[in-house]
Amino acid sequence: MPDLRFGDAEPTDAERVAVDEVVAGLGAVVVVEGERLVYAGHTRTAERRNLLLPALHAIQRASGWISPGGLDYACRQLEVPPAEAYGVATFYHLFIHEPPESPDVVHVCDDVACRPVGAIRLIDELRDAGHHVKASPCLGQCERGPAVLVQRTGDHDLTVAPGTVDEVAVAISGRTSTASAALSQAGSPDLRLLARVGVADPESIEDYRAHGGYQALDAALAMGPDRVIEEVTTAGLSGRGGAAFPTGVKWRAVADQQGRPRHLVCNADESEPGTFKDRVIMESDPFSLVEAMTIAGFATGAEQGWLYIRGEYPVATHRLRTAIDQARAAGLLGDDVAGSETRFDIDLRIGAGAYICGEETALFNSIEGFRGEPRNKPPFPTTHGLFGEPTAINNVETLVNVLPIMLDGGEAYRATGTERSPGTRLFCLSGRVANPGIYEHEFGITLRGVLEAAGGVVGADEPHAVLLGGAAGFFVRSEQLDLPLTLEDTRAAGVSLGSGVVMVFGEEDDMVDTVRRVAEFFRDESCGQCVPCRVGTIRQEEVLARLRGGATLDDERELLDDLAAVMRDASICGLGQTASGAILSALDLGLLEGSR
Amino acid sequence: MNAVPVADPRPLVELIIDGQAVRVPQGSTILDACRQEGIDTPTLCWAENLTPVNVCRVCIVEVENSRVLVPSCSRGAEDGMVVATDSERVRTSRKMVFELLASSVDLDRADDEVHAWMDHYGCDPGRMGDKADIATVAQPPKVQDDLYVRDYERCILCYKCVEACGEDAQFTFAIATAGRGFGAHISTEFDVSLPDSACVYCGNCIGVCPTGALVFKTEHDMREEGTWNEDAQSVTTTVCTFCGVGCNLELHVQDEQIVKVTSPADHSVTNGHLCIKGRFGWQHAQS
Ligand SMILES: Cc1cc2nc3c(=O)[nH]c(=O)nc-3n(C[C@H](O)[C@H](O)[C@H](O)COP(=O)(O)O)c2cc1C
Ligand code: SF4
Ligand code: SF4
Ligand code: FES
Ligand code: FES
Repeated sequence: MPDLRFGDAEPTDAERVAVDEVVAGLGAVVVVEGERLVYAGHTRTAERRNLLLPALHAIQRASGWISPGGLDYACRQLEVPPAEAYGVATFYHLFIHEPPESPDVVHVCDDVACRPVGAIRLIDELRDAGHHVKASPCLGQCERGPAVLVQRTGDHDLTVAPGTVDEVAVAISGRTSTASAALSQAGSPDLRLLARVGVADPESIEDYRAHGGYQALDAALAMGPDRVIEEVTTAGLSGRGGAAFPTGVKWRAVADQQGRPRHLVCNADESEPGTFKDRVIMESDPFSLVEAMTIAGFATGAEQGWLYIRGEYPVATHRLRTAIDQARAAGLLGDDVAGSETRFDIDLRIGAGAYICGEETALFNSIEGFRGEPRNKPPFPTTHGLFGEPTAINNVETLVNVLPIMLDGGEAYRATGTERSPGTRLFCLSGRVANPGIYEHEFGITLRGVLEAAGGVVGADEPHAVLLGGAAGFFVRSEQLDLPLTLEDTRAAGVSLGSGVVMVFGEEDDMVDTVRRVAEFFRDESCGQCVPCRVGTIRQEEVLARLRGGATLDDERELLDDLAAVMRDASICGLGQTASGAILSALDLGLLEGSR
Repeated sequence: MNAVPVADPRPLVELIIDGQAVRVPQGSTILDACRQEGIDTPTLCWAENLTPVNVCRVCIVEVENSRVLVPSCSRGAEDGMVVATDSERVRTSRKMVFELLASSVDLDRADDEVHAWMDHYGCDPGRMGDKADIATVAQPPKVQDDLYVRDYERCILCYKCVEACGEDAQFTFAIATAGRGFGAHISTEFDVSLPDSACVYCGNCIGVCPTGALVFKTEHDMREEGTWNEDAQSVTTTVCTFCGVGCNLELHVQDEQIVKVTSPADHSVTNGHLCIKGRFGWQHAQS
């Protein structure tokens, strides 16, 4: 690094203390110099740069905004150019860049599942009650909207769901979030991934052990890394984060990078509208994720684990922090995991309001202290991931599937689900169903079966429309009720399971508004790096706004199709590539009647 | 000891571009291969003296068995690759990229080839809607000193200036991308004025800007007055005398006045980049 020029704004004492704590506490992670991927040829990892995001959180928490003095102080401590740090800070929606109007910011979800249940009205009511309110994309509480996140200065954040003016006041005065919702399937012997949810104490490693915890790690350590990967491959486990890539193949590729430092990253950014499954696991069974990550690290030869969780999950974050601390104290993380002479530890990193940081390479950039802009692929993470080093990155749900595979073996795991989609899947039910929430079903259950298990559609025999797979997925109608929900059948039908979202809409719901909100989501969440997505998503949103204003589809369809083509074909990452899928499916299904 | 020139030791890879077999040294990009074959390819964010950021996507080509189109400027050529540079998908996407940019950014001072490509693909940015009704980056220019003007309603966010200010040339890091999505923009920290930032006025960002968003104040003023006339300008190459490094300077002269100084991107000393003295010293010499 050359001599950097810093500003002359002074930090407050609180900011100085907060940043110093970050530097002292997290500096334990030593990062060797890697190569800068996009800007090939230049080294990109100053040792401390990866502390930038935690430092920004510390400043935001201390002062309620990213003040010039606080940012400048962090830049000096971390040797980051101020212009770049400002560029990083302004990338995230949870960081505030003007002196705060009030110590609390009340974020209210006005996304697709919360709009029909009063989100817009709640925003007005909270404003009338004197709160500083910001409308937010999906907060991952879709089964109990309208969802609220209270971001606090000098204190931990709170979630309130469903939110009302009274509940928000109660939460703030009591400093407590709404308790986790009960599981509809609680007690069912068929549960594999959710068996401990609501049963074991999520803040006690002893209770976790009493409910079968850490037996899978013992089994894995006895097997050795190669057998672990073989069993995962035999099981046919595929990624649950959206792309359904075979997990065994990914792990093998990383394990084969002998001699290079390797990383294991858990993607807990969960920001796909309608998705809340990972939150339920992390809130109610956090040790299972810690155990599964340890096994994954052991199998791939990664000594450093990173758990990147979205910033809107304060309860899950607290539980995971507790679980990691307890596991470390019990010798299950650290230099000698369970006496196996293997090193593995987990660093918890917290996002700050950016859906795009769930894209794996954007997530790496975010951890490294850069803007969460996706990288061009190839090269792929298995050879050039975090800090340019070999990295296995997996979704929360993918990882916890490894526990039953270790306990029962890959062959036994295959006994559930279908030949090409083995195992069970978590579904996130929201909208017009009797009992919204998380459900675990074998792959192959039909959409009808999923709806029935959730008590059926409210006020009608069949849904008006279902958003399957999230905003990056597709709308379907009652013709698809008997579609078996497997990777192969959904692919053949031209749709996808995505992150397991099943969001149900009734006749009474305003579909033009819903589809316009989907377009707004992508415009809002685009990182802005590439032209097709940066400009394409805003043009798409404008077309849908014109349709809402009375323009006819005939006049706009060609433009919409061309926008879809360039975003799908020429965008850098999956955000742009999928930003038109749900919208075009809604048009094709005639959901925007009246504007047809 | 003097190095003996030898043939490029890199093995060759063979790929097919638009039906023709092409052999290029390993490590070449698809763009290199296209250029070798004389296939013209539009680029906006690529420059020979900067590392590719592959963000504009105007150089995309179709590669067999790839789900999406790939940026030719940064994707390496591989043995057996089958590339199409003028398929329906490629034409649609290139046309759309230009239309999307032109609908949101003022391209009137962009390099001539941008306009030639837009004609080539039959671009009609107006179909995105009337500029008054749709989102654009329209804003007043930032005039904060006597040397530079930053006119961001002409910015296509190609990242070239950020690269030239940072790791690719200057290592000053005065500017970076801030905000995100359509709100992403090039900025100093907290948008402080350039004189208050880390800027050292090397002018390298101006040297690489393809759209006239970053210009020397002389040029900006002359354009506003209507006296800027590139056809009436001659370019003289000389060596800078401020120090002993030996940077090549290109003096752009109009009406016997130096109006701009650049350096050739392929010059072995500068790679197109200069310092404040070479870039602006003439202003003192002339006045
Ligand atoms: C825009 C975008 C957002 C994404 N968000 C997430 C996410 O929140 N969680 C997740 O696990 N994967 C997400 N993914 C997918 C990841 O890029 C990656 O494929 C996944 O983490 C791999 O893990 P898996 O193989 O276990 O599914 C996202 C992808 C894109 C393009
Ligand atoms: S597709 Fe969108 S989100 Fe992805 S890199 Fe491009 S601008 Fe960023
Ligand atoms: S100012 Fe010019 S060089 Fe910089 S990003 Fe914009 S168009 Fe590119
Ligand atoms: S929490 Fe509102 S849509 Fe998910
Ligand atoms: S020139 Fe290749 S992406 Fe811009």
